[in-house]
Amino acid sequence: MTTKLKADGRPATGTDAIDRIVIAHGGGGELTSQLLCRHVLNVLGNPTLNSLTDGAVLGAQAGSLVMTTDSFVVQPIEFPGGDIGRLAVCGTVNDLAMMGAQPIAMSLGLILEEGLSLAVLDRVVASIASAAKEAGATIVTGDTKVIERRGREGLLINTAGIGRQADGVRLGAERIVPGDAVILSGRIAEHGLAVMSRREGLAFASTLVSDVAPLNGLVAAILGTGADVKFLRDPTRGGVAGVLADISRETSWSVEVEEARIPISQTARHAAEMLGLDPLTVANEGKLLAVVAADDADKVVAVCKAHPYGADAACVGRIVATRPPLVELLTEAGGRRVVQKPYGEELPRIC
Amino acid sequence: MDDTLLRAREEIHALAGRRSAPIQVMEVCGTHTVSIFRNGIRTMVPANVRLISGPGCPVCVTAQRHIDAAIRLAQGEDVILTTYGDMLRVPGRLGSLEQQRARGADVRVVYSARGALSLAAENPSKTVVFIAIGFETTAPATAAVLVEAQQRGLENFCILAAHKRVVPAMTALLSAGEVPLDGFLCPGHVSVIIGADAYRPIVERFHRPCVVAGFEPKQILLGLLCLVRQIVLGRCELENVYGVAVTREGNRVAQSLIERVFEPADAPWRAIGDIPASGLELRPAYRRFDALRRFRIELGPDEDHPACRCGDVIQGKAAPDQCPLFGHRCNPLNPIGPCMVSSEGTCAAWYRYNRVSCAALADGQGGPEA
Amino acid sequence: MCLAVPGKIIETRGGEAVVDFQGNRLAVSTVLTPEARQGDWVLVHAGFSLTIMPEEEARETWSYLKELGAAEAQADG
Repeated sequence: MTTKLKADGRPATGTDAIDRIVIAHGGGGELTSQLLCRHVLNVLGNPTLNSLTDGAVLGAQAGSLVMTTDSFVVQPIEFPGGDIGRLAVCGTVNDLAMMGAQPIAMSLGLILEEGLSLAVLDRVVASIASAAKEAGATIVTGDTKVIERRGREGLLINTAGIGRQADGVRLGAERIVPGDAVILSGRIAEHGLAVMSRREGLAFASTLVSDVAPLNGLVAAILGTGADVKFLRDPTRGGVAGVLADISRETSWSVEVEEARIPISQTARHAAEMLGLDPLTVANEGKLLAVVAADDADKVVAVCKAHPYGADAACVGRIVATRPPLVELLTEAGGRRVVQKPYGEELPRIC
Repeated sequence: MDDTLLRAREEIHALAGRRSAPIQVMEVCGTHTVSIFRNGIRTMVPANVRLISGPGCPVCVTAQRHIDAAIRLAQGEDVILTTYGDMLRVPGRLGSLEQQRARGADVRVVYSARGALSLAAENPSKTVVFIAIGFETTAPATAAVLVEAQQRGLENFCILAAHKRVVPAMTALLSAGEVPLDGFLCPGHVSVIIGADAYRPIVERFHRPCVVAGFEPKQILLGLLCLVRQIVLGRCELENVYGVAVTREGNRVAQSLIERVFEPADAPWRAIGDIPASGLELRPAYRRFDALRRFRIELGPDEDHPACRCGDVIQGKAAPDQCPLFGHRCNPLNPIGPCMVSSEGTCAAWYRYNRVSCAALADGQGGPEA
Repeated sequence: MCLAVPGKIIETRGGEAVVDFQGNRLAVSTVLTPEARQGDWVLVHAGFSLTIMPEEEARETWSYLKELGAAEAQADG
């Protein structure tokens, strides 16, 4: 079923003329039903979701269950390489994947701002559908609300995800010991920089696209090698620097990383330089950082490289026993410096 | 590692080894400070070569009274306040622009002064105020935008004029004579505009070698090598290793633009005080673009925290970890002085990148969680 | 102070140019470098080109030093 837009400039009649979200779409009445049927269920629909009951019955599950929740507020909602919909599915699936879990079910909460174009909503929902299909995730329950106009044509998403943890998975920072290898699954900083390139006030065009991708397949491949994988995390907000700082803090071990080994494209490197940003602090949405036993590093890098989402994987460093616990970067120039968790919004600078 | 870097490093060690006394070099520019820290250059030079960070961080040296004025401007009716990202978190007495934004002020980060002018053209019912900070690298951009504003008749645009000049600051430091400095690593991009010859008075009057260098680690090491060589051999010359971008006379077009719109004036430097001829003030023909004038705002007092040693830090009189507030009460999450807020502030760079200070903090001297 | 990055002009339009930085493109004002032409490398800061950079010279920094080294060897005797 297609969206009914105004045709030829002649006003169509009744509710068919609406091409933007209005407050009444959130009222729970006829307009809400229409919104759901014509713009959500037509694309995302499945027997569970279509029944529109208050909750979805998942039935008894074998193995350990993992649950995660996430909210998505990215601006702009559409950016090179993706949109908030794809981000929402991948973000949720990846949180589960970092726990060694494959997705069983997802909830989808949409908060629509009055004035949001229905055409944009349709694109976002289509993204959600295709990302969910790729990841093998099913959206079983959802919610839709409408908020008053704030001038941003906004769309916010909240999700929860439930996954089943693979048997024998033992992931946790407490398993990390000196000597373990630190592996990155691919080129960094692309998501954050791609999004920034679309922000008002910056206006630089880039060939960079967001790397947003579901990583559960890659994680399954890694765990399937039988390698001793101790820790997985996706370097989203806060970037690689954030995750490394967390590892150091949680384990009280130090981490040594070689700048020359960190995968990054020339385009990303230059974009970061233009804006005065440290690529290690920029968000990624389709990458993972793994800490594995030293002997298994090569095996894990190889299996990543054989996977479409791990083409540029590399071992970038290792855990070391130096005290006090710090993350140190061996710079390309030949020096050393400390890497810390970034303090918040990284802003473009002139200085 | 690059062969050039390795050789430069070895030569610096060999030369410095010929002298037992410390070699104290000031890198004036905040961007040099950040590059030195990000690349770990302090870990590559011998212990007796001391790199002192100078007052070249425009954010750090912008007087509190100007920040407070910016905040009051942001609170104005129908005002869009535009600023480079660097200034957003800097605290004045009245808080920061970031806090004003959270309270509903229309504060926007721009990458370029042209972005601010575009906003004025697109929003005729609002007044766009642009916070014009930066040294001579950035002043021509402001000047060009004001010329354009005048030509296009965009009267709803104005600036808070807070540009500073580098050479008067270096001169003031040397005149005060409080920090033993053997030479200067001069800012590459300021020099693109003002030309390498601008430092000749420093060489001739104060007998300190000056080397102009860019910001890549190779450039910095080469510049340091030339400086150390001069100092050890007792020479005093002006050198330029950034010839690909810096000429002796600089960018004349940019200089003319600055001269057309601005004139040198005494200016207050945060935590240092007034430095003669160190600022740029609008000439009479452009004074109507002065935001303070337009909104009738008087500059208030500066009230720096009594224990804050930012002023000493940017003059090279103290290292960040010699400030009693460093790390504990003053850290990037809760910055007290501008040196900690600005990403190129000496204290912020020290805190983020320096193993020694991180280790000291971790040893139980307090401080925030990372 | 002063983040400036070198890029190549791929298009000029009056007082403006589109500059490419390894796949990133920015529209900048060339009012400070009026002689800049398509194909030139320029140093860009805050939306303005500051100077035109001869591409070959960028590679010659090390040779500057080699000359200096030679002069040194002579002076030291």
